[in-house]
Amino acid sequence: MTTAAKTPLVPFDEALTRYEPVMGLEVHVELGTNTKMFCGCATEFGAEPNTQVCPVCLGLPGALPVVNAKAVESAIRIGLALNCEIAEWCRFARKNYFYPDQPKNFQTSQYDEPIAFDGYTDVEVDGEVYRIEIERAHMEEDTGKSLHVGGATGRIHGADHSLLDYNRAGIPLIEIVTRTIEVPGGKAPLVARAYVNQLRDLMVALGVSDARMDQGSLRADVNLSLKPVGSSTLGTRSETKNVNSFRSVERAVRYEVGRHAGILDAGQNVVQETRHFHESDGTTSPGREKSDAEDYRYFPEPDLAPVAPSRAWVDELRGTLPEPPSERRKRLQAEWDFSDLDMRDTIGAGALELVATTVAAGAAPQAARKWWLGELARRSNDTGVDLADLPITPEQVAGIQALIDAGRINDKLARDVFDGVLAGEGSPEEVVAVRGLEVVSDDGALGDAVDRAIEANPDVADKIRDGKLQAAGALIGAVMKEMRGQADAGRVRELILEKLS
Amino acid sequence: MSSPLSREDVAHLASLARISLSDAELDRLGAELPAILDHVAAVQGVVESASADVAPMSHPVPITNVFRADEPSPGLSRDEALAGAPASEEDRFLVPKILGEEA
Repeated sequence: MTTAAKTPLVPFDEALTRYEPVMGLEVHVELGTNTKMFCGCATEFGAEPNTQVCPVCLGLPGALPVVNAKAVESAIRIGLALNCEIAEWCRFARKNYFYPDQPKNFQTSQYDEPIAFDGYTDVEVDGEVYRIEIERAHMEEDTGKSLHVGGATGRIHGADHSLLDYNRAGIPLIEIVTRTIEVPGGKAPLVARAYVNQLRDLMVALGVSDARMDQGSLRADVNLSLKPVGSSTLGTRSETKNVNSFRSVERAVRYEVGRHAGILDAGQNVVQETRHFHESDGTTSPGREKSDAEDYRYFPEPDLAPVAPSRAWVDELRGTLPEPPSERRKRLQAEWDFSDLDMRDTIGAGALELVATTVAAGAAPQAARKWWLGELARRSNDTGVDLADLPITPEQVAGIQALIDAGRINDKLARDVFDGVLAGEGSPEEVVAVRGLEVVSDDGALGDAVDRAIEANPDVADKIRDGKLQAAGALIGAVMKEMRGQADAGRVRELILEKLS
Repeated sequence: MSSPLSREDVAHLASLARISLSDAELDRLGAELPAILDHVAAVQGVVESASADVAPMSHPVPITNVFRADEPSPGLSRDEALAGAPASEEDRFLVPKILGEEA
C-alpha cells in the first residue's frame, strides 16, 4: 500500500535542520459517571462481558436514548477549565460507520456544534510557557471492546472471527481537540507530553475522570506533519493512535518526525492514514487510510433534544473549577520553597500532582520530590510505566517517609519498602512487618553488636580511644553489617563513642 | 429531472452502505436515484421558499435539555442481551472477521 515504510528513519535532530513539525492532539477522556451517556447502564471497569448493557446501548429497535445530566455538567466544567466558550445551544449528531464495536452502526457524537470551543491551556516545559489552543471539546460515547479470535493473540490479521463485549459501548467520552501546535521543533515531543500530562492533572482535579492512560480512560491521538523550514505550506499528516502513556506521546512525536522526514527526503508523499504506536519499540505501523469526513454522513441526532445550558448554570459551574494550572504551579513552588530548577524537574518528570498529594499526606516537600524524582523515576524508566501509573500511591510514599522521620527505617531500608509496596505486598507498615525491615532501636541489642565489633577490631578501638574519631566508620560498618543494615547509623556511632570515651 | 448518477458515484454510495451491487444494478440505480434526489429537492424548495424566521428543525418537539439523573437502572441480563445474537461465544457477540482494518 505504501512505499513509505521503506525509506530510512532520519535522526530527530537532523530532521529538524530541514523540517518543522506541526502537531495536533486529540484526547479522549472517559468520564467517571455512574451510568452511560445515553442510558442507565452501570459503567464499572472490569465487569463480566455484556452484563452492563440494555436496548439503548445495544442499538435494539425502538430504544430511545436520554442524555446523562452529570456528563453534560462534566463536559461544561472541562470546557471552562480549558478556557472555552460554552455553546448556548448545541446538538448531538450521528456519525455513521459500519464496524461491530458500535452496534447501532453509528456513534452518537457532536459534529459542527460542540458544547465547548475556542479555548486554551498553558503548559510549561523547561521553564518556558507554551499556549496550547483548544479548538473544541465535544461529547460522545465510547465503543465496545473487540476480541479477535483465531489469529495471533488479539490481533485482527488472520483472525477467523471477532467477539464483542458492549459493556464499554455508550460510556461518556469527551474529545478534546487542539488547534495546530507549532513550537520550536526540538520542544515538540516534550510539549505534546506536557499537554497530555496537564490534561490528566486537570481531569483529576475536576474529579470528572480517573484519567488513567494505562486503563484507557485517557487516550491520546497524535497528528503530525512536517513542513520545510521557513515554509508556510502544511504537509500531509499522519494520525497515531494507541498512545498509552505520557512517555509514549513523546516517543510517538519523535518517531513520526523521523519517519516523515525520511519519506520527504526521498521525494515521496506521506500517506494520510491512521497509524498504530508500538510500546515495545517506539515505532508506528500503518492502520487504515482515513475516510473523508463526509463519508460519515453526519446528521443531527433526531432522538435527542438539543442541549442549551443556561448562562446561570454555566456561571454556577465556573464557581466549581479547580485552580488553573499556571497559578497552581506558582503557588506550589512558593509553598514548597522549590528553586526554579527543582520545579522544572518536577514538572518535567510529570510529578507535580504526585508530589502535591504526597505533601498533602504529610511528607516534607523535598522528601516527596526526592522519592518521586529519584527512586520512583528510576523504576518508571526501567519498566516504561508512567510515574502516575506505578502501583504505589502518594499516600504510601508519604507513609514511607513518615517511617523514616520516626526513625523506624533508614533510607536504605526505605528502598526495600518501596520494593514491597510496588510488588503489591500491602501498605508500608505491612511491608515493614512482613519483611522485618524495622531498624533495631533496642539499645541492648545494638550495644551487644557494638561490643562484638570493638572486640573484633582492637586496633580500630585503640585509635578511637586516642581521639581519632574518623576511625569509627570501620566499626559502624561492622555493626551495620551484623545488623543487616537495619540500624540507625547515627545511633550506632553514638554508642561506639560512649563505650570508647 | 436531474441527470443520471455515474456508475462510480453509485458504487461509492453502495460501499458506504455496505451493499454489493452488480454492474446492471449500478446502472439501474444510477438512473433511479436522480428521481429520489428530485423528491428531496422538492422538500428543499419548500424550505427555501419559507420565510427566513422558520428555522430548520432536527427534533419534532421544540424542547431542550431533556436530561436523566446519573443513577444506574437495570439493563438486560447477559442471556437476554445475547438472546437476539445470531451467534455468541465466551459470553460475547460473535461477528464475522473484520477485513481490511486493524482494531
